[in-house]
Amino acid sequence: MAKATFVVPELTQYTEVPAVTSGAMAHSLPFVAKPEFQDALGFPGELVDDWQAKAIDKMGDLLGKYRSLRVYMDSCVKCGACTDKCHYFLGTSDPKNMPVGRQDLMRKVYRRYFTLAGRFFPKLVGAEDFTKEVLDDWYSYFHQCSQCRRCSVFCPYGIDTAEISMAAREIMDSIGVGQKYCNEIIAKVYKIGNNLGLPGPALADTLEGLEEDVFDDTGVKVRFPIDQEGAEILLVTPSADFFAEPHVDGLIGYGKVFHEAGISWTLSSHASEAANFGMFIGSYENMRRVSQRIREAAIKLKVKRIIFGECGHAWRVAYSFLNTLAGPWDFLDPRYPVPQHICEFTHDLIQRGKLTFDKSENDDKVLTYHDSCNVARASRMGDVPGGQFDIPRDIIRAVCNHFYDMDEDTIRDRTFCCGGGGGLLTDDLMELRVKGAKPRLDALNNVIQEKGVTHMAAICAICKTQFSKVLPYYGMEMDQIISLHQLVGDAIVLTPGPDDDAEDDDLDDEDDLNDADPNEE
Amino acid sequence: MSDTIEVDGKQYAVDEEGYLANLNEWVEGIAGVMAKQDNLELTEEHWDIIRFLREYYEEYQIAPAVRVLTKAVGKKLGKEKGNSKYLYSLFPYGPAKQACRFAGLPKPTGCV
Repeated sequence: MAKATFVVPELTQYTEVPAVTSGAMAHSLPFVAKPEFQDALGFPGELVDDWQAKAIDKMGDLLGKYRSLRVYMDSCVKCGACTDKCHYFLGTSDPKNMPVGRQDLMRKVYRRYFTLAGRFFPKLVGAEDFTKEVLDDWYSYFHQCSQCRRCSVFCPYGIDTAEISMAAREIMDSIGVGQKYCNEIIAKVYKIGNNLGLPGPALADTLEGLEEDVFDDTGVKVRFPIDQEGAEILLVTPSADFFAEPHVDGLIGYGKVFHEAGISWTLSSHASEAANFGMFIGSYENMRRVSQRIREAAIKLKVKRIIFGECGHAWRVAYSFLNTLAGPWDFLDPRYPVPQHICEFTHDLIQRGKLTFDKSENDDKVLTYHDSCNVARASRMGDVPGGQFDIPRDIIRAVCNHFYDMDEDTIRDRTFCCGGGGGLLTDDLMELRVKGAKPRLDALNNVIQEKGVTHMAAICAICKTQFSKVLPYYGMEMDQIISLHQLVGDAIVLTPGPDDDAEDDDLDDEDDLNDADPNEE
Repeated sequence: MSDTIEVDGKQYAVDEEGYLANLNEWVEGIAGVMAKQDNLELTEEHWDIIRFLREYYEEYQIAPAVRVLTKAVGKKLGKEKGNSKYLYSLFPYGPAKQACRFAGLPKPTGCV
């Protein structure tokens, strides 16, 4: 683990509401995007000359387009219900990280230019000019919101700070002030097809390696096909699933489930990314461009169904917006939802008794489950309310003997963000990420102490990476976070195929392969 | 982090995160200077990883996935070293990010 250059908070049994410290995180700001990445997304390369007028125009444009934004600007009554709900406030004590404090950064500008009272008596209504200082504050604090929407659950008016922070980022991008992490990544999707910049041949090589690994582990040939025309299912999954740990163990789990389902499937090198950072920067146009790749791949590969892998915000985009962004999907099999979540797919097979598990394979672990914000608060799974909470838990219970939930105030729709969502999963925001993880880790620590929990499962690539990075700051192990489908993959009893004993050029059986599991104690 | 680093009397441009700006400028000395910034002393074990990263990048224009890397290490150095724990013991900031920086590769981006 890297050494911290800031004070890591102490975990506490209850997450206490801190006394406010003004400006505690005023120094936190992410690197600014270079002109080349701004260009690729259709934004000015750097701060434009008449930025103030342009920004106000853009705000007017968004207020017209999204009535919700105007309602959020107008309806806050300063009741205070949100003030202690944000993990970043709880972890940093900076009052501008109170949801209302963050909203007010935009609200004061809105009032100045878009309300009668603010135009004539700005001081009386807390209206302020959009100055460079205000813009700098925006850049800092709208990049201290992970758009997790926990505050909106507690707001009596349902004000969604995530939407406000998306709008703020869109306004900043439109005047040439973009964030490096998000915008460089989106540009990479346009150029190569995924956030990581994994070209087709690297993907194919990685997948071939996985086939070898699974065969060596199990003696069963489980395929990880890519660009296979005519497959039944297109799997769209975050590129971290190919690249990182513990993500890749989830991908192996999906492959085993498809193998047992006996359904042909394929990945796509063109749509080799489920993530859609266009949402984080509030850019409908970029969100649409990223989504279109999925449509193009589905048509080219002539698939009948689309399934999304474990990625939180991707599932929000897919579940809530995919039809308007990239539909109509009339060429897909109408008997299945478009799209489906891998958890829905696995859960359905379990319900129908199509999968056999040896739960004792997971007996070395005591599990808890982290609800990822975008799945929990911005989507659903299955056909009953709350499916997004129950389906993943049902799967865990079907494959593990030992499972305990964390405190009920910190799970399901009240779940705490991992601290790295919404485009903040970057090293230049490490202090924010570590401090913002505290409320979640307080709850995790409690079940570790009280129930002997050893591992936490999640279904979001960002959550997995964030936890593997921040757990060590709190004295926990980086491999205590795992993919839900790793649990499935480890417990599933594979049916041998007809060609498992045959010689196969694809599989180099002599390789002394690594099968060390990073999560083994 | 300054915008250049000095290696054997020559200046090399780096980005704001300390990654080499022009990848084809890489020379072995750069790895040593970057390691020193991170208070690390490079050993032959580090160099095994750095060389593999560079070979892989040469072929695929991307750093290897963690599993590809651990497998290659396991094959070469023995199974007990073919895991992330070993790689983190060498590169505490993470093999993907820290080792890539020393090797003159771009920083892996995305949810990693």
